[in-house]
Amino acid sequence: MSLRLEPRLQPSRLMLFASPLAAVVATLIVGGVVFTLLGYDGFGAVRQIFLAPLTNINRWQDLLVKAAPLAIIAIGLSIGFRANVWNIGAEGQYVVGGLAGTGIALATLDLSGAWILPAMVLGGIVGGMAYAAVPAFLRVKLGVNEILSSLMLNYVAIQLLYYLMRGPWRDPMGFGFPQTAMFSLDQTLPIIVPRTLIHLGIPLALALALAVWFVMARTVAGFQVRLMGLSPQAARYGGFSENRIVWLCLLAGGGLAGLAGILEAAGPFGQMVPSFPTGYGFTAIIVAFLGRLHPVGIVLASLVLALTYVGGESAQTAIGLPSAAIGVFQAMLLFFLLASDILIRYRLARGGRDAGGAKAGAGASRSGEAAV
Amino acid sequence: MSPEFAVAIIFAVVMSSTPILIAALGELVVEKSGVLNLGVEGMMLIGAVTGFIVTVSTGSPWLGALAALAAGAAVSMIFGYLTLTLTANQVATGLALTIFGTGVSALLGASFVGVTTSTLGPVFPRALAADPIWRVLFGYSPLVYLSFALTLAVWWFLKHSRAGLVLRAVGESDSSAYSIGYPVLFVRYMAVLFGGALAGLAGAFYSLVLTPMWAERLTSGRGWIAIALVVFAAWRPGRLLLGAYLFGAVITLELQAKAAGWSGLAPEFLTSLPYLATILVLALISGRRLSARTAAPACLGKPFRAAA
Repeated sequence: MSLRLEPRLQPSRLMLFASPLAAVVATLIVGGVVFTLLGYDGFGAVRQIFLAPLTNINRWQDLLVKAAPLAIIAIGLSIGFRANVWNIGAEGQYVVGGLAGTGIALATLDLSGAWILPAMVLGGIVGGMAYAAVPAFLRVKLGVNEILSSLMLNYVAIQLLYYLMRGPWRDPMGFGFPQTAMFSLDQTLPIIVPRTLIHLGIPLALALALAVWFVMARTVAGFQVRLMGLSPQAARYGGFSENRIVWLCLLAGGGLAGLAGILEAAGPFGQMVPSFPTGYGFTAIIVAFLGRLHPVGIVLASLVLALTYVGGESAQTAIGLPSAAIGVFQAMLLFFLLASDILIRYRLARGGRDAGGAKAGAGASRSGEAAV
Repeated sequence: MSPEFAVAIIFAVVMSSTPILIAALGELVVEKSGVLNLGVEGMMLIGAVTGFIVTVSTGSPWLGALAALAAGAAVSMIFGYLTLTLTANQVATGLALTIFGTGVSALLGASFVGVTTSTLGPVFPRALAADPIWRVLFGYSPLVYLSFALTLAVWWFLKHSRAGLVLRAVGESDSSAYSIGYPVLFVRYMAVLFGGALAGLAGAFYSLVLTPMWAERLTSGRGWIAIALVVFAAWRPGRLLLGAYLFGAVITLELQAKAAGWSGLAPEFLTSLPYLATILVLALISGRRLSARTAAPACLGKPFRAAA
């Protein structure tokens, strides 16, 4: 008696929601075992990373602070992923957005006024969009694969950051450290809950999730994006311009990544530093998938991934777990999610015909990529 | 330019081209079978760290290279199982593999940072390998000669062997290949395994030949350049060799300019050069008649499942 996979007539709604949970649980168990085998206190690590931040109320604000940029970037990426536009360059767009906003901050360092922060935020969004426009242009005009071009630009963005920190933008009063001047009060993101770290970016992330959910579910543009992902032929037949959708997806993704960049610079960082690239652009890809490419799901998923950062830090001090362990847990989470996704389209059945016997049927089917 | 200097430059180009060529040859075969594995960077890092650890522990760089090969193949099977058996999205799974490889290699290598080891150096007699002129032919690691042999072998395999024909058929039309009885999934598993092994070996070239040491993210994005190279080469081994050496030249230019301390150019700009060159090259070839889109295997990136 063996288990085999049987196609479902309808994709399972239950599994659509259950598989992210299953992936989290599997990561906890297998992660614990693997890290024990590697010679660490594996289940201690799991406790520190995934439970300790939840049981300590003081750490909740850290979770929100880490989750906000992840959610904002992932919401932007999810728009593209729905249309099979693979923007892997969010890390670079996040850095360039942060840099663009910082440029405005450095130019207005001696000025005051309520307009400065909005100008910086706008600069961040435009900077991210401009950086994402490069792969969009290359794909639309020359057919260059956006995965590769956007990815290469990540490396370039980080070098641009290093260059600006080392040279033109270095704070002359910074004791030789390669970093910019501290932002002024008018250039800093306001704290909305007194005596906490909870800044304006957190409600903004929630508002964005609702806005994008509305656009994707209720507007023609959202419908076009979804249709392009589900059936490019149908989209073309319907007269939708593939090029316009590619532009829309990349600019939305870049703009939101840039927004997250400037919110981080003007919020938790309060200046621009060489350690600004935090890998959020890559982690946000996992957030987008774990959240099922749905804005509300993404908000929840961003909290789960924020746990790995907050808990990962305490696991470093508490049990000496190296920081690289966070990436391993994050990747395992994505592996398990992708693995359990097959249960949306197939169900487990016992025994019966063995797959080899079906060969004579000579049929082959291709499962839709849209169900990712 | 003195002959010694010319030799030094050629030597440097060959050294920086080889790992990209090896990794790209693996990915070429994978993509010819219709599978897009974006995990090359992750598999390279696993190979680099495994090769280094085994070499330090056994003292034999040959065993190290072999272990790197095996480790790259082993992690590629995570990708293979998820995308081939469970039909998971190939783009997402490949990315996950790179994140995984980056983390796991950093974890495994943590206690080996700063350690030195024996290298997989020249195979020819010392007199030839160390000669300022003759080393342009005889001064390389065996992996360099292997990379040429591999290019030839992959070319012959794809163009003239029966198995290569089946592999290409699977990549061009998986359902027709399946209906005339070819084992689509088996062929793709083998291709993914081969790609993983070569990526692992390419990683070991960094930790056992080029640097030779272990540091986090040692391969610094060269795995992605290898993937871009396959597109550049329009899935042909000959052009792949040419492309790899083009990139080796760009990387050498970067290193030489830094060493010479060119004041006109920021070092950060020089570091960006290979990535900018990749984008430029992709843009240039994509506009041509033999565009990347028409040369790509028709089933590239699409999941396949035999109807039950």
